[in-house]
Parts: sequence; structure tokens; C-alpha cells
Amino acid sequence: MDLDAIIKQAEEQINNATKPAELDNVRVEYLGKKGKLTDLLKGLGQLSNEERPAAGQLINKAKQQVQGLISARGEQLTAQELNQKLAAETIDVSLPGRSIESGGLHPVNRTIARMENFFSGIGFSVKTGPEIEDGFHNFDALNIPAHHPARADHDTFYFNPDLMLRTQTSGVQIRTMETEKPPLRIISPGRVYRNDYDQTHTPMFHQVEGLMVDKNVNFAELKGILHDFLNHFFERELEVRFRPSYFPFTEPSAEVDVMQENGKWLEVLGCGMVHPNVLRSVNIDPEEYTGFAFGIGVERLTMIRYGVNDLRSFFENDLRFIKQFK
Amino acid sequence: MKFSEKWLREWVNPTLSSEQLAHQITMAGLEVDGVEPVAGEFSGVVVGEVVECGQHPDADKLQVTKINVGSEEFIDIVCGAPNCRQGLKVAVAMVGAVLPGNFKIKKAKLRGQPSFGMLCSASELQISEDSDGIIELPLDAPIGQDIREYLALDDSAIEVDLTPNRADCLGIKGLAREVGVLNDMSVIEPNIIAVPAAIADKLAIKLSAPEACPRYLGRVIKGVNLGASSPLWLTEKLRRSGVRSIDPIVDVTNFVLIELGHPMHAFDLTKIEGDIDVRLATDKEKLVLLDGNEVELSTDTLVIADSKKALAMAGIFGGENSGVTETTQDIFLESAFFAPLAITGRARQYGLHTDASHRYERGVDPQLQRTAMERATQLLLDIVGGQAGEIVEAVAEEFIPQPAQITLRESRLQRLLGVHIPSEQVDTILNRLGFTTIFADQQWHVTVPTYRFDISIEEDLIEEIARVYGYNNIPDQAPVANLHIANVQESDVALDQLKQTMVTLGYQEAITYSFVDPKKQAALFPDVASLTLPHPISADMSVMRVSLWSGLLQSVSYNQKRQQSRVRLFETGLRFIADESAENGVLQQPMIAGVITGSRFGEHWLQDDGQVDFFDIKGDVEALLANTANAGTFEFKAAQHSAMHPGQTAAVYCNEELIGYLGCLHPQFEKQLGLNGKTIMFELLLAPISQRVIPKAKDVSKFPANKRDIAIVVKEEIAIGDIMSNIEKYGVNQLVGLNLFDVYTGKGIPEGMKSLAISLTLQDSTRTLEEQEIQGMVNTIVADLSENFDASLRE
Repeated sequence: MDLDAIIKQAEEQINNATKPAELDNVRVEYLGKKGKLTDLLKGLGQLSNEERPAAGQLINKAKQQVQGLISARGEQLTAQELNQKLAAETIDVSLPGRSIESGGLHPVNRTIARMENFFSGIGFSVKTGPEIEDGFHNFDALNIPAHHPARADHDTFYFNPDLMLRTQTSGVQIRTMETEKPPLRIISPGRVYRNDYDQTHTPMFHQVEGLMVDKNVNFAELKGILHDFLNHFFERELEVRFRPSYFPFTEPSAEVDVMQENGKWLEVLGCGMVHPNVLRSVNIDPEEYTGFAFGIGVERLTMIRYGVNDLRSFFENDLRFIKQFK
Repeated sequence: MKFSEKWLREWVNPTLSSEQLAHQITMAGLEVDGVEPVAGEFSGVVVGEVVECGQHPDADKLQVTKINVGSEEFIDIVCGAPNCRQGLKVAVAMVGAVLPGNFKIKKAKLRGQPSFGMLCSASELQISEDSDGIIELPLDAPIGQDIREYLALDDSAIEVDLTPNRADCLGIKGLAREVGVLNDMSVIEPNIIAVPAAIADKLAIKLSAPEACPRYLGRVIKGVNLGASSPLWLTEKLRRSGVRSIDPIVDVTNFVLIELGHPMHAFDLTKIEGDIDVRLATDKEKLVLLDGNEVELSTDTLVIADSKKALAMAGIFGGENSGVTETTQDIFLESAFFAPLAITGRARQYGLHTDASHRYERGVDPQLQRTAMERATQLLLDIVGGQAGEIVEAVAEEFIPQPAQITLRESRLQRLLGVHIPSEQVDTILNRLGFTTIFADQQWHVTVPTYRFDISIEEDLIEEIARVYGYNNIPDQAPVANLHIANVQESDVALDQLKQTMVTLGYQEAITYSFVDPKKQAALFPDVASLTLPHPISADMSVMRVSLWSGLLQSVSYNQKRQQSRVRLFETGLRFIADESAENGVLQQPMIAGVITGSRFGEHWLQDDGQVDFFDIKGDVEALLANTANAGTFEFKAAQHSAMHPGQTAAVYCNEELIGYLGCLHPQFEKQLGLNGKTIMFELLLAPISQRVIPKAKDVSKFPANKRDIAIVVKEEIAIGDIMSNIEKYGVNQLVGLNLFDVYTGKGIPEGMKSLAISLTLQDSTRTLEEQEIQGMVNTIVADLSENFDASLRE
């Protein structure tokens, strides 16, 4: 049989192989120890010295050719096999994944977290304190002496005349100033309590109070920081107004209103320059230091920010409501 | 404080619309709560006179009238009001008039009689709630005049929500002063002239408590006619200020109260025995008030007394025994200054709050008493007649508040506000407000007027200047401060991180009230001392929570009732436990708690839809504890808790200290708490899990690790946790991994025993372990288990 016929036959067999094992049989048949082409090489010894190199060359070339065909077919078969395997493994990727549905933070605490973020970014530290507070920290130290009319206005929950649920988180400021000296920059978020319950009041709500005491803190700076805060909180330029008001613990005092989308002003916070008596009550010299303080109603800001209409829904913990805050 | 805008404009009349005026005073710190028209919107109503009034032929309750409205012919109107009578001046809605509610008046026939209009009641014109018949106008009302014009109804009632410091604005006089300042205008005060004495009658006045009452003016007026009625202008002014007309004497004292901000009181002279003594009450002295209630006075309460008895609670409420009645002819009029500290808190002590106490508590001008007395006398004589005696004034000058003297430094003003206000402007503002100023050496020496009880220090003046200057005219500035790096410890685990872990585990954060239902709390925690609110919002919100569970369980019930069967909630916050050794007798500890119920994952095509059990919450708690990077220090031990299932509860310990519980709610509470199905919960103190271990890196061993599995059999009641921690603590040094991978009871295992499959990973950091060594280590561990737990290798 001449070489060309062998090659042709091999090629046919290679192309007919459908599995790697079949292909391997072809390899053995032609290239194995007793393979057809191997046998031809073995027969070279019978040729003359002159004929041998040329014949050897031809046979080797034929071997390479067959080897090449086998490799190519081999790759082809591997690829085919993989493709079949992959096709069999195909899944419906539109099915939902295996996981636990994540929860979410309460909207009120989400607002508090945002505020903490803003203020800690400019060097305010976050302080917390007790919610059952004594008369000194909730009133006296804040320049609200026993018979002050403001005490009557607070709808305080008393346990006894000197023990109450805090009506503001200002007590935390007093506690901070008792132990730390200026310069001070703190905010104190937390629950506060007033004995009042209707459409717009819940007996428990949240405040974030801020305090900055330093050598030359002034009212223009108080305005600046609050305006800045409100713009960032709502992520838009808001029309804001500062309205004179009265708090026993600040002088001058202001309330801050923001213009709502309905064209009406809404009060969102109270603020002012820390009253000298408050500084004195914690042994800070009001001639040396000045300070500003502000108190922000968290629920109210949360309601505006997320379009919540009923204050009371914050404390019902209806999953259908709170799950909206992921 | 509510007042008529027109009344204010009689004193000071800036060219501002009602809206602008309201905005202006709001921005000066007198917050306007509302501006309301004093009458409904209507037109075509004029003054008329009932010329004839006869019975309707076919209707008992109707009258047929002829009304003169100034036109050529009288108008026929049928009227049903019982007070309709001949000679009356009335408000006539003519044909074509439009009444409030767009009610058009047309000509009509009533039971056959023609009617060309309507006689109006006050309520029909929305002038008052009063609908007792038609309006009776004064007899001198000009026939034909438009009623809006005649009654000056194009007016607004303005309600200002005054802060407690601004007692000076509790009257038209003070409000007008404020408006004058804001508009840089002068205020026109009414001409109040002294009424000369016409009779010699008077009462002596003794100030027995001069600190509390340093000035008391009294005046006798005899022969008043209480049959007279208050004129329309007076009752209208009062109505628009939210005050009902009572009788001329009360009306006049109320008028002075609103006009000057000064309370007054009138006594029936004949009920006074002897002279007037302003003294403190004797202990448990009794007094029947004008409202008929008897009060028992304490000795800190000031009374107006005669020689025998208390007549009134000074500055708060009059007494019934000396009150003016319909038959009163002679009165004794009081105009006094009571010190705020003598009044403050007293009214509340007796459950009272009156217009007078409201003002005296905040401070009434100690120089205004005579003016108020003359104003009231003049008005009374005009309305009810009578003759006035001389004013008797008792005064203890040493106790009259003196005008405060304050020094205001220009530098302080600028330092506190952050803006420079020219000194001329400062002067103008202060002077208009009634302060006298002397400017020298960059400071003002300021004398505070006696009506400003709220101004006592430099900062008070700074606020006055700032608010008149306009807060919104002060520029915004960014605060300036030195930069310091915050003291944040790496070992602190932020609360946010713990909360985020809960969120990732599928929990929704809740906020529940800090006060809970005492019955439910007592059932769950019978042995924990709680604090009770004496005056709660409601009985079921009357004790402070001793655990966050009460609120969370209530939220679970709330959601289950709303078709939410799968609930995962957590909360952080304080619990409150009565404890004598803690500050203020209450331990206030930050906690974190969670509760789960319903299916583990929710319905899912692939995942098991089993109901949550103990090990779900335990896994969540373990994930939470992992934030400390030191989970090994926490131990779970079987425990008993009043609220929980006796066989499915673990106490959590951190270094031998109990830090909380987890487990299943005791099924006996499910019904009482309105719960449906198994509820599992945990609660831990936050402090012990808010500290984490800072890593100390070790080299990674280059030598291979060897894994060996052992199966041991132990008695069923032995806690596997104890076995595992025993292996960890007392095993071999080269043990680097330990895992329980199976727990089996049943076929092949004797009754009462269980088989545990445990994998051990052994590795040395300096060399490859030989097989013989490895077997030796495994044997050591098994021998130890055998000794401590009577464990045997499974055959």
C-alpha cells in the first residue's frame, strides 16, 4: 500500500471517530508500536543507503500528518463533549437566589445616623446619656429654676419632683460639660418624653441636640452650620428662616422654619447662644467661652424627607411600613 | 393672646397689610398662630329699624314686620325671631344680599306673606356663635348704613403664641410698642385722665406681705347700675380678642386686661367687712372661689382679705363671698402689683390657670397700677354710672422692682452675634423699646423699663438688638475651630456595626415605647423591680420597660394581626431597672434584643420553609458576637427564665458574667400577648459586646495539617458545648481546628446515649507531624473525654 492510500484511510477513520477512545484506537492502528506507519519505518532497513533518507523523510512526514489530524480531531471531540455537558447543565437564571432577605434600619434611626454622619464629619462627637433624669440635669442646670413657667410648659412625666423622663437631651450636654472642658463639639441624639398624645404628638420622640463651645463661637456661625446642615439633609437648597424665640437655656434664641413644598413654613428646630447661667452651672467662664446649641426634632425631619404623613406610624412598627426603609 | 387688628391699629398703624403685619411680628419673635376674619363674608346687609311688628295671620311663630332702611318705602319682612319687636334696630339682609356660605337673599313668600329680605342673627353673619334671635343694634345706629362699615367688620383677630418671657406683650399697649419699634413709628396712647373723687368713701389698705404685694390700689365706686349693658364697641373688641361679654364690670376689667395687659378685680363693697389686708393665707384657710369650688389654702398663697376673712386669691381668682352680682350697687375696685415669685406656680398648685395669674406669673409692670385704675374707672362711670371715691394706694417702695441697669459692651455684641451693628442703630432699637441708654467708652449703660421682666443681663439686650435688627439680616458663617482627631478606639465596636449585622441577618429595626403594659410586664418578669409613672398617657403605657421584649412582642402581635406571619425585629435602647445602688435609683442599661417568628426564609422554591427554632436565633446571636472577634469568651448555658420555655433557653455569659438570654417564649404567654405560633427571642447587654479584640498576628504554619475524625458515644443529657470547650481547653497544643459535624441517636446507639462525630485538625508550626504522634494526640483527647464525660469511642 502506498503512503497516500494509508494517509487517506487514516483520515477517514479519524473523521469517523466520535469519541476520544475511538480516536485513540486509530492512533494505535497507525502510530502505535505495531501501527501501520511504524511498520513502514521499521521496513526502511531493507532499502539501499541511497533510497533510505528520502523514503524515511516521506514516512515521517506522513506520520506527522496523521498525528496532526488526530490532534485536531481530538480537540474537536473535547470541545463537543464539553459543549454537551454544559448544555445539560443549563439552569433558569431568572429564578430567585438562595438567601435571607435583608432587613433595614428604622427611619428615625436612619435620620439620626445621617445627622451623626454630617456632624461627626466636622468634628462633633456623639454622646448619649440616661433617659430618666434628675431635676438638676433636666432643668436646673439649663437655667430653668423650680418655678419657671417653662417647667409647666414641658408636660413632663415625673416619677417624683426630682426624677423625670427627660424632656430634652440637653442633660447630656450638661453631663458632658461636667467632665470635659472646652473646646467642645458634641451632638446628643436620643429619646425624649412629653406627656402628650394626639395626631401630631407622641409621648416619646427623638431629638438630636448639638453644642459647640469655644473661645469665639457666634450666632452667625450657628446660622451657617444649621443652614448648611438643612441643605445637606434635604439635598437641596431650602428656603430657611430664623425666627426669634425663647428658651431658658439660650440667649439669643431662635426657631428655624423651612419652606415646605406646599408653600407653608414648618418649624424644624430650636437653637441659640448658650445662656451664661448654663455655662456657669458647669464651671465654664462665659467671659472666656461662648457657645451655641441646637435641638432638632428627628421625627419631623424624617417625615418631610420620606413623605411620612402620620407621626404615630413610627412607633407601631408595622412591617409593611418600616420595610420600605431598606 | 388674641387681639383685634383694628384695635392695635388705633395705637399704631403702619402701612402694612394684615399678612405683612403678621409676618413682621412673627419675625420679631411674637409668633402669629392665626389670622382670622372677625365676621363671615357677606354683603348687602344694612342697619334697619323695625317700624311695625305684627303676628303672622297663619303662623304662630312668625311675625310680619315693616322695616325702615332709609329708602322711600318700608320693606315687608317676615321674621321668626322671638326678640323681634317694634323700635328695634336690626341688621337687614336686603334682596340681593349674599350671606356667608354664598347664601343669596331673594324675595319670598312665607305662609302666604311676602318677605323682601331677612333680619339677621349674629351667627348668620358669622359674628358669633350666639344664635339667640336677631342682632339688637344700639338705638343710635344710623339707619341704612352698611353693617360691615357700622360694626367695622373688616377686621382680623390675630392670635399670637407668646413665649413666656414676653409678658410685656400680653396687652395691646405692649404689642403696639413692639410694632412701633419694628416700623420706627410712634405709638398713640389713648388719653387716660384721672377721675376726681366725687365721694369720700374709701377703704384702708394694709400690706401685710409687702414682698409679695408691694403696691395695692383700691377705689370705691358707689351707685353703679348693673342693669346697663356694655356698649357694642366694647363687646365687639372683647369678642375679637376671644373674651365673652359677661356684665359691664367684668367687661371693663377684661378690657383693661387686654388693652394694658393689667389684671383688675372688682369686689362687692357691701360684702367687705372692715379694711383690706393683703396677706398670706393661714394654714388650711378656706375660700370659696367665684366658680363655686372651695379651696384649702396653703401659707405660701397670697390673699386679699378684709378684717375677718379672705376675699380672693390674690392675682389668681376672686372669691364667691365678695363677688359682684346682679344686685351689686357699690363696688371696690382693685389694681395691684403682685410679685411674680409670689404668684408663680400657685395657680397650678390649685389646678387653676386664669388670665390674671398668667400675667402676674410672668410679670406686670409695677408702674402701671394707677393708669389701669383710672382707665377702668373712667369706662365704668361711662357705662354703669355711679360715683368714684379717691384712689387709696398702699405701697412698699423697697419691694417695688427697680429698673435694671445693664452694661452692654460693643465688643460683646459683635463677638456674640458675629456681625457689626452700627451704634446709632443699636441706640434707636433700644430707645424705641423703651430702654434709656448712655453710650461711652464703647459701651452702653442701659436702664431697662419696668415692664421688661425678661431683661436682666447683657445677653438679653443682645437678643433684643438682634431680633429687631432681624436674625435673617445676620449673615451665615462657617464655624471656625481647631482640628483635632477624634478619640476613636479600634477596640470599640460601633453600635452601627452591630445594627448592620442584624440588618444583614434579615432583621428589621423597631422602635417601641419605653413605657409598657404593667400587666404583661409583670407576667413576663415577675421578679424584676420596675418604675411606675404616676401620670401615664394610659394605663397600658405606665411602667418603664425592664426588657425590650415587652415592646417587641407587642409589635410581633401587631404584625401577626395584619397578616404578617414571618416577623424578624430587633431593637436597641435602654432598659430601666429600679436599683438603689444606681444613679437616681435606676439602672439604665443599653440593650440589644431581637425576636423572630414564622418561617425561616419565607416561601422559596429552593429553600426549606420550616419554622424558626432555637438554633436560628442562636446562630444570629453567634453572628452578632462574632463582631467582638472573640466569640470564644461567650458561653451558652441551659437556663431558666420566667418568660421562657424551660427546656429551650440559654443564658449567655461573658467571662462568667451573665449578659443576657436567648430562647423560646414560654408558650403559656402566647395567648395573653396575642401571639400566634412559636416566638423566639434574645436580649443582650450592649456593653460587653461593644468591645473587640485587636488582632495579634501569628505566622502561618508551613507544615501540613492533619484531619482526624472521631465518633464518641456519651449520655444524652451531657451538653455538647461542655464537651467541645473541654477539648479546646484541655486538649493538645497542636489542635488548630475543632468541629462537630454530626449528632446521632437511634439505631446502633444504646438507649439514653448519643453519638457525636467530631473532626480534629492537628498541625505543628515547626515540623510535619508523624502519624504516630497524631494518633497519640487523638488518644489523649479521647482519654480526656472518657475521663470527664464517660465517653467511649463508637464501635
